[in-house]
Amino acid sequence: MSHPTEPTIEAVIRTEALTKVYASKSGPSVTAVDHLDLGVRPGEIFGLLGPNGAGKTTTVGMLTTRVVPTSGRAWVGGVDVTADPVATKLMIGVVPQVSTLDRALSVWENLYFHGRYFGMGAREARRAADETLERFRLADRADAEILELSGGMAQRLMIARAILHRPRILFLDEPTAGLDPQSRLALWEVIGELHADGQTILLTTHYMEEADQLCDRVAIMDHGRILALDTPATLKRSLGADTEVRITPDGGRVQDMAHHLERFDGAQGVSATDGVVRVYLRDGKTGLARLIAHADAGGFGITDVGITEPSLEAVFINLTGKDLRE
Amino acid sequence: MTTTERRAARRAEAGQPYRGWPGLRASPTKGEVVAFRALLIRDVQVLRKTFVAFLMRTVTQPLLIVFVFAYVFPKIGQGVGGSGAGATLFSTSLMPGLIGVAVVFQGIQAVTIPLVSEFGYTREIEDRVMAPLPIWAVAVGKIVSGAIQSGLAALIVVPFALWIPSTPVHVDLNWLALVTVAPLACVLAGALGLAIGTRAEPGQIPMVFGIIVIPMTMLGAAYYPWERLDAIEWLKWAVLINPLIYISEGFRMALTDIPHMSAFGIYGALVGFTIGLSWLGISGFTKRVLA
Repeated sequence: MSHPTEPTIEAVIRTEALTKVYASKSGPSVTAVDHLDLGVRPGEIFGLLGPNGAGKTTTVGMLTTRVVPTSGRAWVGGVDVTADPVATKLMIGVVPQVSTLDRALSVWENLYFHGRYFGMGAREARRAADETLERFRLADRADAEILELSGGMAQRLMIARAILHRPRILFLDEPTAGLDPQSRLALWEVIGELHADGQTILLTTHYMEEADQLCDRVAIMDHGRILALDTPATLKRSLGADTEVRITPDGGRVQDMAHHLERFDGAQGVSATDGVVRVYLRDGKTGLARLIAHADAGGFGITDVGITEPSLEAVFINLTGKDLRE
Repeated sequence: MTTTERRAARRAEAGQPYRGWPGLRASPTKGEVVAFRALLIRDVQVLRKTFVAFLMRTVTQPLLIVFVFAYVFPKIGQGVGGSGAGATLFSTSLMPGLIGVAVVFQGIQAVTIPLVSEFGYTREIEDRVMAPLPIWAVAVGKIVSGAIQSGLAALIVVPFALWIPSTPVHVDLNWLALVTVAPLACVLAGALGLAIGTRAEPGQIPMVFGIIVIPMTMLGAAYYPWERLDAIEWLKWAVLINPLIYISEGFRMALTDIPHMSAFGIYGALVGFTIGLSWLGISGFTKRVLA
């Protein structure tokens, strides 16, 4: 699969038909990532957006040397990942989904020893640890044990550790999963600052707002394949709609109503998920009132209506017919 | 195609011959040496922070064994190994055995226990394996770190084994044997810890202590010289699968004049077990880390 938006400048991450098949003792083997081709440009935040099980984490695993590809190739910073994992590890910083902080060490020591692993001398690592704690607003927790940290702080420390050795590429796997909204915003700010400093970031997420807010380009993934790859704005424009209407039908008649509304003139697309019918209107200003009337004419009662601009989630639903959260 | 063959094919395609273990070269790069050393320094720092716990788990068992068998028993006239010369023989024989137990016990404690959480739910191990060195080198680091802690445990146990028994302990030092047996025994213990920690499921580790470690120490010729098992012929041969036998007998050879297994047998088995367990541990580690 090749994309019209394939980067023209030298890509810092490139994959070619990258595939991972997990053999299973019971039942058929699972193709987690299926002939993936992508390129990430220097300095961009590139998002892999998809539901759980789409193959995002496996993709990151292969790019960060922890998962051995079944076939295909991957290059990070020009280095073939499977041929030279050590050279690859020198160029990347990784924040996995769960906390891999060293719980036998304090907050400060986590950073200090990370610096030492990556070749810093004692003095250099000490300074880097101090500065990084300051920068990530964790200086007052320097001597704390890892288990004393809140989820948000632990996540900040993970990112601080991952960038301590100034990697060319930072991988963030579901960086805000499980965080409260406030910590999530704080983390977005951190990621934004790193981006402003020119850090190349590949992040995975199943939060469409996160992909929308943070990413320069987004690849929408499902079943190990890329369904679409572009800037969030272009992806949303591709829907051909300016308004997303969410209607909750009375009596849970979601499928019936969706079927009925498909015939509405002015609907670019209709989907039914999660007890809600979503209608993408080409022109919301003139279409909304007529749409409601159309539903009423079909004999459908309505308990709730909401309108928004089409989101990346709408793009995903439009591509797959299912909800991101499913 | 097996995984190995696939990897070899990929390497060939990338213009690089397959070299057995990925990243294995004739000589490591400077960065790899630095990273390896840093991993060890990290372990030493953790040991420093938890030194009291380390002391307690090192000392408690041998202290109690020496106290009960070599102090209380002779005092109350319930001899182990008889009285008089027999008691002296027992406390002398016990000293190298206790050192052996301390070495093995500590090697397993120092390597296996951390692996339970490192391979557990959070996969903390991914922090260590993202360090810029080959995965197998991280595993070797674990063995080395375990060996260092085993050696330290041996040193700590010596005074207890020497001075607590109520009957005198006869030390007959063979330096050459000591400086060869001790490091081998310590590396073997670290490798054993890695093999257990990577081949058993994290949830099984507590059970492993009960059904492997305790029998190992009880049947490891720690509390009696192996030669004396002549009286129970089948047991004498059955216990040879236990690596602690060779460690206890090795220390017996190095520290006492008590009859011991042949030096050839001791060194052969120590080297053999070290290689075998290292291979089992390192390959188990790699298998666990790589998906």
